[in-house]
Amino acid sequence: MMPLPWILVFLPWLGAVALAALPPRGRGPAMLNIAVSAVSLGLALALLGHPHGEQGWTRIDALNLPFLAVSALVGLTTAVFSAATMAAERFDALRARAYHAAFQVFMGAQFLALAADNMGVMWVAIEIATLACVLMVAAHGTPAAVQAAWRFFILCGVGIALALFGTILLYLAAQPVIGSGDPGLSWAALRAVAQRCDGGVLSLAFVFLLVGYGTKAGLVPLHAWLPDAEAEGPLPISAVLSGLLLNAALLAVLRAEAIVGAHPAALPAGPFLMGLGLLSVLVAAFSLWRRGDARRLFAWSSIEHVGIAAFAFGLGGAAANLAGIVHLLGHSLVKSAVFFAVGAAAQLKGSQRIADIGGLAASHPALGWGLALGIAALAGMPPFALFVSEFRLVAEVAARQPWLMLPLGLGLLVAAAALVRALQLLCLGPPTPDRPVPGAFELPGGLAWAVGPVWLHLALAAVLGFAAPAGFAALLAEGARILG
Amino acid sequence: MRVNSFGTPAYDVAHLLGGGVLLMSFLLLYQRRIGGVINAFAVQGALLAAAAAWQGWVQGAPGLYVTAAIAFAAKAVLIPIALRVLVGRLGQHRAVETALGVGASLLAAILLVGLSVMVVLPVTAGSATPLARVDMTIALSVVLLGMLAMITRRNAISQVVGLLSLENGLILGAVGVVGMPLVVELSTAALVLVLAVVAGVVVFQIRERLDTLDTSILDRHGGEA
Repeated sequence: MMPLPWILVFLPWLGAVALAALPPRGRGPAMLNIAVSAVSLGLALALLGHPHGEQGWTRIDALNLPFLAVSALVGLTTAVFSAATMAAERFDALRARAYHAAFQVFMGAQFLALAADNMGVMWVAIEIATLACVLMVAAHGTPAAVQAAWRFFILCGVGIALALFGTILLYLAAQPVIGSGDPGLSWAALRAVAQRCDGGVLSLAFVFLLVGYGTKAGLVPLHAWLPDAEAEGPLPISAVLSGLLLNAALLAVLRAEAIVGAHPAALPAGPFLMGLGLLSVLVAAFSLWRRGDARRLFAWSSIEHVGIAAFAFGLGGAAANLAGIVHLLGHSLVKSAVFFAVGAAAQLKGSQRIADIGGLAASHPALGWGLALGIAALAGMPPFALFVSEFRLVAEVAARQPWLMLPLGLGLLVAAAALVRALQLLCLGPPTPDRPVPGAFELPGGLAWAVGPVWLHLALAAVLGFAAPAGFAALLAEGARILG
Repeated sequence: MRVNSFGTPAYDVAHLLGGGVLLMSFLLLYQRRIGGVINAFAVQGALLAAAAAWQGWVQGAPGLYVTAAIAFAAKAVLIPIALRVLVGRLGQHRAVETALGVGASLLAAILLVGLSVMVVLPVTAGSATPLARVDMTIALSVVLLGMLAMITRRNAISQVVGLLSLENGLILGAVGVVGMPLVVELSTAALVLVLAVVAGVVVFQIRERLDTLDTSILDRHGGEA
């Protein structure tokens, strides 16, 4: 019997084979996509009861379990949203097949990247996830989509290559202590022996892993691929790019940090993460002001939020780490909700420019107010998880490094103000005329396919912030302690 | 075990092959014609395959022969042929446009090799074997030179060749570390990545969305609106 984590990885991949092989007739592929994602979510929830510890190349611990569950959930809601917007994307048969198959390949790779214990397997998983994403971003084949995919490909290709070099160096550091073979790349084994490894090689490995996976996580100054990739791909892809891929990459950086941090004389990883995080927050906060394209705006907001999380993890300690984990999870839920709402609005209004989407709350109340709440959540308003995590982070910074409050507070405020302006432009005021893209939301149920996921995510983000079940909260706290 | 120190065949041959791979990275930088770039890349692939096979023999690791065979088939034969066919079909644009002069590129390359020597050798002085140290130095140099080639070239095919050569450096590093687990899997996965890049370029060309593969043309589309 295959271990549960591997079933979670291989089920989407089997689904991908089926989606690539079956004739794309009617709504069959979209429904199969939803079914596979739903079973994946069931498996990910079942994993919550799985005993912790490593098992061959995978490990299940308090750090990756919440991310697996949230990834599977976002995967399912994205599949649902995708079913409703598919017709308006106007893919031909080949592209529709490639799109659905790439989506499930990506989901399997995402689960593997999160659950991997072996750093080599993690690298392969993130590489597969990248290739699948490139394929999805390029799916439209327009010059703008091709350019976005090409830039994504080249930058992340180099990033991934550097991460592999870092992985090799990690093994080179551990090899004299651990000896040859699989344990030399196992996260648990590496962490246990890190103290006795060569500190210099570990530091060098961390630099490569940080730059390599940091590119994938969209940290400034390695972020250039992200806004274009999220704005030019098919609508549902923005949700998984922002909500899932960035998390997996940042978690890979954190795994590397945990290994290197166990060595007393190695490079202190915290200041690097804090520096990149703060830079991301500041650059993104000011970039948010100049956006005319709604999806680029929220892509920049993802850079800001990944920066906040990286800053929290760089600060370290159980409280800041917990804030970082809650922030990443909350961001996944809220940002994918916002991308669903913006995507739906773009198909209804026939444009994704902010100027063309106005007064959504008046013309489509359920969607408009969902989007408004989502944007408010991104700006750090209660009652959502991002408010809780930002509040805890700010409290922690004020207590430990008060002088860092100034740049961090500035970034948070400028970003929040920019998002409030976007909220006013997109949701309030007189509505702009509807020019629906042909085929948009023609499934029975219409807009409910987008509105349902949006409100579900918002509700869960609020629960995560203020009413998390005791067991889940304990899991998050334990995950924060793993990072040390 | 004194197999892996200076003056033994194991060390010297590995050093020679690694040096050859690095030399090809320099050749990539100063070729002015796209055909020359592809040739230099093909030779680099063959040298990499030889280096992997040699490491397989020295370390007694049969898996590395697989890596060597895959590297030879893909990088010395198939990818160069595919790129040549592609260039032939494109017809024009055979000369490589550079964003940085050849002299400046070579100077930067020498500085990068110096940088990797200064980074890797002191850091690995404590633990690693001499063979692994030299190997990692050369590997990092090849990686950095690959990045340099990607930065200084504006033509998509030369950029792809830069990425391919960067990936050669990674494989060189991976095969040089004794007992590296999953080396065959990792090198194959890395190869899949670059094959996908090549396939991407081929698809772009066939779809004729782009008149030329000069990537500066691409910058007219998209971007911030």
